[in-house]
Amino acid sequence: MAVMSIADALKSAIAEEMRRDPTVFCIGEDEDIPGGMGGAFTVTKGLADEFGFERVINTPISEILIAGVCVGAAMVGMRPVADLQYSDFLFCMMDQLVNQAAKMCYMSGGQVKVPMVMRAPCGATNRGAQHAQSPESYFVHVPGLKVVCPSTAYDAKGLMKQAIRDDNPVIFFEHKLLYGSSRKEAGAINASSEIPDEEYIIPFGKAAIRREGKDITIVANLLMSHRAIQAAEILEKEGISCEVIDPRTLVPFDYDTVIESLRKTGKLMIIHEDHYNLGWGAQLAAYIAEHEIYLLDAPICRVAAYDTPIPFSPPLEEYVIPSTERIVKTARVLAEM
Amino acid sequence: MIKIPSKERALDMYEKMYLIRAYEEEIYYLFFEGIMPGTIHQSTGQEACAVGMLYDLRKDDYMATTHRPAGHDLAKGVSLKSMMCEMFGKAEGCCKGKGGAMHTGDFTVGAMTANAIVGGNLPIAAGVALAFKMQKKDNVVVCFFGDGATNEGAFHEAMNAAATWKLPVIYACENNLYSATTSIKITCNMENPAADRAAAYNIPAEVVDGNDVLAVNEAARRAIERARKGEGPTIIELKTYRRCGHSRNDACGYRPKEEEEAWYARDPIALFRNRILEEKVATEAELAAIENRITEEIKEAVEYAKNAPFPALESALEDIFWQGGND
Repeated sequence: MAVMSIADALKSAIAEEMRRDPTVFCIGEDEDIPGGMGGAFTVTKGLADEFGFERVINTPISEILIAGVCVGAAMVGMRPVADLQYSDFLFCMMDQLVNQAAKMCYMSGGQVKVPMVMRAPCGATNRGAQHAQSPESYFVHVPGLKVVCPSTAYDAKGLMKQAIRDDNPVIFFEHKLLYGSSRKEAGAINASSEIPDEEYIIPFGKAAIRREGKDITIVANLLMSHRAIQAAEILEKEGISCEVIDPRTLVPFDYDTVIESLRKTGKLMIIHEDHYNLGWGAQLAAYIAEHEIYLLDAPICRVAAYDTPIPFSPPLEEYVIPSTERIVKTARVLAEM
Repeated sequence: MIKIPSKERALDMYEKMYLIRAYEEEIYYLFFEGIMPGTIHQSTGQEACAVGMLYDLRKDDYMATTHRPAGHDLAKGVSLKSMMCEMFGKAEGCCKGKGGAMHTGDFTVGAMTANAIVGGNLPIAAGVALAFKMQKKDNVVVCFFGDGATNEGAFHEAMNAAATWKLPVIYACENNLYSATTSIKITCNMENPAADRAAAYNIPAEVVDGNDVLAVNEAARRAIERARKGEGPTIIELKTYRRCGHSRNDACGYRPKEEEEAWYARDPIALFRNRILEEKVATEAELAAIENRITEEIKEAVEYAKNAPFPALESALEDIFWQGGND
């Protein structure tokens, strides 16, 4: 048992899978340059020492190429794990992800599989609008892609191992404020966990109940799951008991755990750093309204980033992204309903 | 002029070219009679490119094609019946009816699912080649694309990496002078849009008469050998011409009549047929026998495909994710 940050837990998951399976390889910009950072957030630093530069590939700044190479290599038996540095760069490779990776298995009539992991560091961190987004929902919308978003080191390791073994393209979101890497970030949250010595895997589609409660069900992912827990602690003192659910994967989505919780609470609050307009919470809200509306005692309530590009100025950024305070305030209103 | 190969080889190449022509002409008829659904992007007139490039690939070598895939697929060995069934959207199609005219392919013969995003297959082919290299295999990939694809960003990214990583891939540009309806002359300031750019990536390139199957094949063999030996990619620019529109209902009003006539006079199948006869490699009767056999095979495939069942509706909800289980 060792306490690890998300960055180290991810590195450990990737290294274990590379040792286990010779078809697994890492690829990305600045992936592991001697004297460099190891991607943008240290996750792949030093992997070439053990696996060599044949399996830890430093690419040109060519996002279409990176994704395309993953698709091609995956179709002939490899399991690439690519690093995007910033999830905003996913948009530079949208054709390869949406038209190629997601559709190859289907278009071919199930002839071919595309096992690839696209690691995408996300979240607002005082870097301005093009290094700040939480674009999970774009990918949730695409049939053929799986979408993963761990918020603890324990989950990061178990889900990464599952992502690498999965036979489908996986977009793997990693929040920049949760890494706990040697690259310090203002506003970072400690998401370290005790990591068992023995191997473990976390299956997709199983939400985690972070905190039990009886008045409000809060569903929140990535950084927001931590803020939801903070908010729940504050609300507990006011006599409002919140159950906090972290979906951990958005595709597949564990609706059952949310529905079970709603049987107790009757109130649903969804929190994400993704934008309000058609963020993944809109799908969850619609699903519950469609299938389980009689479980609800109050309107569904969503707290999300405002529908603006993410501003740089720290107070502005803080204003746009859901804060613990905003979550608490919203929950108080919901509790009164 | 390139020496004509042995009788067996020459007739086999001719048969493959004739198969593609006859297939495309039958598809054209079926489509315009309203018998076949969908749209069509045909390779009529470009048969020498397909057969010349792919004739010397091994079955386990890979081929990546485009929205105009039929010639490449047939030349790589995808079965006629499974192609025809796919065109009709039938369950026995090579993609179980889920791919259609722009996504045919059969991985068991190394024909990757055809790619209908212009330039989309260029980095994917690089990925396949990278995998072959990592797996220490001596396999190669032939990746077809059109003149229009050379203006895509994906072209630049793929060429740069293929050269830098010395990947076993042959990039075959079928320059048929038009990207859909637009002349390449008004979108690119180069005589040879693929080959002239090769120097920028330090990739060897050849410009080849794409209507001469033997010239194409000779260039292909040189490139395949280089790739197999680990010497990296080659760009081959094949000068050719469509004997059809870009897609359905395209009467080619944008092409000068004199240009069409000049190219039509150099039909790749007629050119090769004449050489076979002139050099007495085979007789008129022998060629006619091949042609009649192909015509019969196509007729049979059409009848088969017409009568074959459509896929079960529930199958539309399958194969979104891999269903073959973990390996």
